[in-house]
Amino acid sequence: MGEYQTYEHDVLVIGSGGAGLRAAIEASSHGVTVGLVCKSMLGKAHTVMAEGGIAAALGNVDDRDNWKVHFSDTMRGGQYINNWRMAELHAKESPERVRELEAWGAAFDRTKDGRILQRNFGGHKYPRLAHVGDRTGLEMIRTLQDHGIHQGMEVYMEYTVTRLLKDGDRVIGAVAYTRDRGRFVVFKAKAVIMASGGVGKAYKITSNSWDCTGDGHALAYQAGAQLMDMEFVQFHPTGMVWPPSVKGILVTEGVRGEGGILLNSEGRRFMFDEIPENYKLQTADSPEEGWRYTQGDKSARRPPELLTRDHTARCIVKEIKEGRGSPHGGVFLDISWIKEKLPDAVEHIKRKLPSMYHQFKQLADIDITQEKMEVGPTTHYVMGGIRVDADTQMSTLPGLFACGECAAGINGANRLGGNSLSDLLVLGKRAGEYAANFANENGPSEINPDHVDTQTKEALKPFDRAHGAASSEGPYQIQNDLQELMQNHVGIVRNEGEMQEALVGLKLLWERFNNVGVEGNREFNPGWHTALDLSNLLTVSEAITLSALERKESRGAHFREDYPQKEESFGKINVFIQKDGDGKMQVKHEPIPPMPDELKKIIEEMK
Amino acid sequence: MPKATFSIWRGNASGGQFIDYETEVSAGMVVLDAIHQIQAEKANDLACRWNCKAGKCGSCSAEVNGMPKLMCMTRLNELPLEKPVTVEPMKSFPLIKDLTTDVSWNYRVKKKIKKFKPRPPDEADGSWRIAQEDIDRVQEFRKCIECFLCQDVCHVLREHSLHDEFIGPRALVYVAALEMHPLDTENRNEELKKAHGIGYCNITKCCTNVCPEEITITDNAIIPLKERVVDELYDPVTRFIRLFSSQ
Repeated sequence: MGEYQTYEHDVLVIGSGGAGLRAAIEASSHGVTVGLVCKSMLGKAHTVMAEGGIAAALGNVDDRDNWKVHFSDTMRGGQYINNWRMAELHAKESPERVRELEAWGAAFDRTKDGRILQRNFGGHKYPRLAHVGDRTGLEMIRTLQDHGIHQGMEVYMEYTVTRLLKDGDRVIGAVAYTRDRGRFVVFKAKAVIMASGGVGKAYKITSNSWDCTGDGHALAYQAGAQLMDMEFVQFHPTGMVWPPSVKGILVTEGVRGEGGILLNSEGRRFMFDEIPENYKLQTADSPEEGWRYTQGDKSARRPPELLTRDHTARCIVKEIKEGRGSPHGGVFLDISWIKEKLPDAVEHIKRKLPSMYHQFKQLADIDITQEKMEVGPTTHYVMGGIRVDADTQMSTLPGLFACGECAAGINGANRLGGNSLSDLLVLGKRAGEYAANFANENGPSEINPDHVDTQTKEALKPFDRAHGAASSEGPYQIQNDLQELMQNHVGIVRNEGEMQEALVGLKLLWERFNNVGVEGNREFNPGWHTALDLSNLLTVSEAITLSALERKESRGAHFREDYPQKEESFGKINVFIQKDGDGKMQVKHEPIPPMPDELKKIIEEMK
Repeated sequence: MPKATFSIWRGNASGGQFIDYETEVSAGMVVLDAIHQIQAEKANDLACRWNCKAGKCGSCSAEVNGMPKLMCMTRLNELPLEKPVTVEPMKSFPLIKDLTTDVSWNYRVKKKIKKFKPRPPDEADGSWRIAQEDIDRVQEFRKCIECFLCQDVCHVLREHSLHDEFIGPRALVYVAALEMHPLDTENRNEELKKAHGIGYCNITKCCTNVCPEEITITDNAIIPLKERVVDELYDPVTRFIRLFSSQ
């Protein structure tokens, strides 16, 4: 030990999904040297799983759409605790970012007159999502990857960052290990961009992959940065529920955008039963009107299946809890019914939803053109993340920037489908630009080798424990118990008592983590990787629980049965998490800065 | 619950062997589930790659009972479970450990292919007008999830190890996606013929057979590229003249 390779770049980007790639491309274009760290291989990050589309008010399908409508939809969906400046920038800049993807080779589906086609999605007033069937994420990540590799950046595949390095408050680099050999490396940088994605692996039922373990959230927190809005975890209403091995895998909202309907065991379209007050004026009165909306009738209003994800997920949970669920504990999602309306329905479904057709056929023996699907909520996305400045994406620590899912602000209490992919592009680009500026304005710092040594010793402890006499425990059982704890105690429906129990449970899990041991050696050892990821998962789980306890109301994705109503006072604050001087996690709240009058006016006009 | 035995290749570049693991099998399970179960219960350090578990990322490629497959999309009820299921790494790439191989060659190859070069935008806002029919063709190629199973099964790479002379089916699909993109203006024929070694493909269609995305690799991508190369670089008139002048 003590031996490690050091790599030096002006800007280091941690994470190679949509946000990280877009940031790296932008930084490169500003003439600085860029290193891009991928936890998995390039092009395999979780962005690849995104299905539905990229929200951007291009107005190609409905010319009534513009940035103001997109802005107010985003704010309404986020229950007005979003960072309004981010929502404004996002709505204004996303059309340009989508056109840019086309210039880099993305092949979007087309309108009849040859422009980029846009589809309906939950919470969006007009058809807004640029898409490629139901594999938009693949198209996006591949386009960014294939463009990015020619921009001069250095790509580090299968490297995992375990600690940020600092000089005073300023973040100046990171320690990482390589997956194949388990060697430690140090990255030295003038600016660091965190783009590490989500935290889905803290829950049992999730659409997220193995590497979504909240690394960026936890690393930034450990370095002293503030986290924000961590109580808001999005449970996507439609994940697969059967067979058991695929539980949680995503079923795109695009199914409902194309006319799919939700039914309970009695065959009732229950989404019509309860429509939130602030969406009443925008929602269809009848199934007939809803169908016309999905087929592009501009005079029709959207069907209730396209209400926001938080609401839809809770309606589904209610049906299941009250005994009207499907045989495997979900509800039914039916797209096959459209054959009553469309002569070529089978071909239409296969063309519009090819990967859903494939996924159900292959994994569940269900032909979605003929049969109903069974679906239920799955942990999908975290609205909370690293607190950043809206324009520059810089965190509360100088030199540390964040973008994409690991950054907070744009989505408020609930993210609209499709806003994530556009967020990655818009705010990823901004992070890249401002990190490059920061790197140009600030010289390099010296890395303290002691900081590196402490970290590498810490990372190797699980091996010593397994080989020592003490009775250590393997990482998988701890991870599993954590996922069950969070699923059952800090899930879709929350209350004080269960969350207090979760805090106690987390304390015990931390103790078990301190005794985790792994067999084998450092060469491509998933047991070791799981053990190291555990501390990040525990950190974000604690942040989610503390923030959720702090918000004593129900808003967006955060629903408390002991405080089932929205409280005006909580509509004026964001909840923050930060480490105190003793290394303990502290929670506080701060008022949301007042919104400028012109933005207020837009929201008023769009009501 | 019923059990099944999985014979999994364990080892690294310096050697290894198949080791049998027994694990419980439940409804709907795929090979990757069994690997995960074995990893959690019996072999914490068993190396395999995976991300999406839904056939979208192309990470969990391996050979199951000798067939190149995505482990996440291979259902156990499609396999004879009365005998051990063998799971081993891909053969066309250097082994790292257990089920993982070093696939970085594919990334290096891609970087050498001339990048997308669009014609000037049609509209003042920087956008283009393209008919859906014109985009359909490349959308088939752009479905590729880069699992590299086609590269694994290609005999030019697998048996003859001509990695320096032939870019393989995945990379040819990528060239096809660029060449047939309605906006692209680049010409890649010279490279296809020489550096990319398209002539090595003798159309056995093994790649097409293993593609989990069901891309018609040989018929729709490689053969049309071969035709372009022939049309441009093997013009019959000059060949005719060459034939006689050499005699």
